[in-house]
Amino acid sequence: MANGHAKPRHESDVLLEIRNLKVEATVYSPNEKPRDVTIVDGVSLALKRGKVLGLIGESGAGKSTIGLSAMGYGRGGVRITGGEVLLNGRDILQGGVKGLRKVRGSEVCYVAQSAAAAFNPAHRLMDQVVEAALLHGLGTRAEAEKRAIALFKKLRLPDAQKIGSRYPHQVSGGQLQRVMTAMALCSEPDLIVFDEPTTALDVTTQIDVLAAIKDAIRDTSVAALYITHDLAVVAQVSDEIMVLQDGKMVEHGETRQVIEAPRMDYTKALVSVRSIDHEEKNPAQEPLLSVRNITAAYGGDAVKVLQHVSVDIHPGQTLAVVGESGSGKSTLARVITGLLPPIAGSITFANRMLAPRLADRSRDDLRELQMIYQMADVAMNPRQTVGTIIGRPLEFYFGMRGKERDARVGELLDEIEMGKGFVHRYPAELSGGQKQRVCIARALAAKPKLIICDEVTSALDPLVADGILKLLLRLQKFEDVAYLFITHDLATVKAIADSIAVMYRGEVVRYGSKTQVLRPPFDAYTDLLLSSVPEMEVGWLESAIKGRRMESAGN
Amino acid sequence: MFNIRQIPLAAWIGLLLTGLAVICALFAQWIAPHGNGEIVGDVWAPMSSAHWLGTDNLGRDLLSRMIYGARITIFIAGMATALSFSLGAILGFTAAVVGGLVDTLMSGVVDLLMAIPTLIFGLVILAVLPANNVTLILVMGILSSTRVYRLSRAVAADINAMDFVEAAKLRGEGLSWIIFREILPNAMSLLVAELGLRFIFSVLFLSALSYLGLGVQPPDADWGGMVMENKDGIVFGIPAALIPAAAIAGLGISVNLVVDWVLTRTTSFKGGRD
Repeated sequence: MANGHAKPRHESDVLLEIRNLKVEATVYSPNEKPRDVTIVDGVSLALKRGKVLGLIGESGAGKSTIGLSAMGYGRGGVRITGGEVLLNGRDILQGGVKGLRKVRGSEVCYVAQSAAAAFNPAHRLMDQVVEAALLHGLGTRAEAEKRAIALFKKLRLPDAQKIGSRYPHQVSGGQLQRVMTAMALCSEPDLIVFDEPTTALDVTTQIDVLAAIKDAIRDTSVAALYITHDLAVVAQVSDEIMVLQDGKMVEHGETRQVIEAPRMDYTKALVSVRSIDHEEKNPAQEPLLSVRNITAAYGGDAVKVLQHVSVDIHPGQTLAVVGESGSGKSTLARVITGLLPPIAGSITFANRMLAPRLADRSRDDLRELQMIYQMADVAMNPRQTVGTIIGRPLEFYFGMRGKERDARVGELLDEIEMGKGFVHRYPAELSGGQKQRVCIARALAAKPKLIICDEVTSALDPLVADGILKLLLRLQKFEDVAYLFITHDLATVKAIADSIAVMYRGEVVRYGSKTQVLRPPFDAYTDLLLSSVPEMEVGWLESAIKGRRMESAGN
Repeated sequence: MFNIRQIPLAAWIGLLLTGLAVICALFAQWIAPHGNGEIVGDVWAPMSSAHWLGTDNLGRDLLSRMIYGARITIFIAGMATALSFSLGAILGFTAAVVGGLVDTLMSGVVDLLMAIPTLIFGLVILAVLPANNVTLILVMGILSSTRVYRLSRAVAADINAMDFVEAAKLRGEGLSWIIFREILPNAMSLLVAELGLRFIFSVLFLSALSYLGLGVQPPDADWGGMVMENKDGIVFGIPAALIPAAAIAGLGISVNLVVDWVLTRTTSFKGGRD
């Protein structure tokens, strides 16, 4: 290439232009001939210097694939088969492997979703941060390290001088994500691809990382592609938003326009997600489940994960338990189900005392208390059909056999809006949302009084999650079942809860009806939690950061 | 499920040879030209049209002996493998699911058994116990079940930690449902691979025992016993001992080829129809 080593600077202020991008992959499914599928079809975009474009869509929409194509990369056998990717005015797809090597790490850098998996655990952070800059000959090691330390400061990492000498496992998840951003910025690229950089973080940490990334982008005037499935997040950092579905562009516009006046139906659905109206019910006379002064620990008495937890669940109502990772909310579920006997405290369920150990509980206790898991794929036996999965509780608790059981399985499949056609499917042949629905049907088959829902929507795309929440609310109405809803997502809580318990480090810090809990004045932690949930509103991030009273834990 | 055109050549060879051995074993009395103990000619007669593989050290038809030998070899090795699998897999799964003291005790006993070299252990026990096929199967089965136990326990411990097993426990399911309906179907592909290997090891173990005179007792003989009977002929350039030896090697390799093929077909852990 003529303009070889020095970075080509062109007069035009369009940095990245993608024209008619087509990306394909070959699928090898069993019992079928390998066939090509189109992942991205005819997407075009242009990005000016210093601007941020948000790419948004559900899983499988092709947003990561488009982001990576800006580096000329196809992940896992994915091939870029058509179109042009113009970076600084030249098509990087034509430059061959050598040309790509020159571009990657110097002109375009990448920030991955899971920094914990992307860093090499055997090397110190600083060595990894300056590696790309040194490889491309952008200054001496001392210069690169100086720049890295300045970036650490800008990204508000603690102890910026020395943090580089730590190993990846010695910093928290939120810090690691910021170090990764520093790594991308260290070689002073023109463009950074952020691939869901805050998705794996706790909500209270996400806001810190988001603010740090936003400041860094502004101060270094780098351009960015910001990939996420969360419209509220992308609204905070980007200038423009492109909405994608099934590898095709749905809508492209300025952030404010997409958020406030979306043109397409699909975008409208994305924007209005979680605006479920749920009228709060008044607590009944007698609670269905009453947890009193539960203290629980793992590994003998060494680490207390729950301390003096007391909550009530009323018949046919929903208690939401919220908190960040490590707050003990899943442990509370394990104690209630009997998987982890508590060291102190008692649980009363439907006016009878529940035995602390699972093995000591009666079959009716087990039947009336069902559970739905976060990861629907591993919650179902991959070798059983949907019919067996839903039919087993009917057989086991009610002794139903043959036609009677099959008829009831069909009814349940109708209730979860799937239909009888799914009876002979295996879990591997269902989509994520369908899997979760089958798990719901399995729980319902037992005719329970209480269902524990452990983060049931957090692994799902927003629209699918919305469908699951609506289904759960509808089922609650005519089955009169109570839910214990464990989640870290406050938008979900607002949508379905009747009462809320906020947990922090194994203790319930705030508990009451939904209106009570969500009405100020707040305690410091609830305030942090509530103010950290991104809202679909331009400029929310700045006001939220300003109003905070407490630092997050950084997970 | 089986698409004939997708079977690779190596698997074909394995299937063919294994199939041949099994057919010989099943229909020995109709296939074999002469009786098992029938003396039909000279000692160590060379190969001829009357006796395709020649005769053995007592003048019995070697081909007929080989065919009857296949029956005994495959029957004893097969029974021992079946015993080791039912015993090892069920105990291994139980140890993984129940855990605690049960696991510690059973694993301790298994470690103890595994610490003693198998062949020496087998020789000592067989020298004390009455020599018949039932004892042989029991000793071989129990000794090789320790390996199966280790494997099943490790596989089941992984599966046991998955949410669908927890869901079954929360439902109140008993131990047998959890072992046979939740864990076993998901551990099957690994166990099938191990099954083939265990069978070959059983054939080799049986041959070694018979060669040393503690295995199948005369006048019956498995292939290992036939190697021993005819070993003196080798000094005089008579190949009678090499034929059963080659048969042992051939069976080992062909079963391995089949197992390799089965393993590549079923290693998908995604479940469903495969």
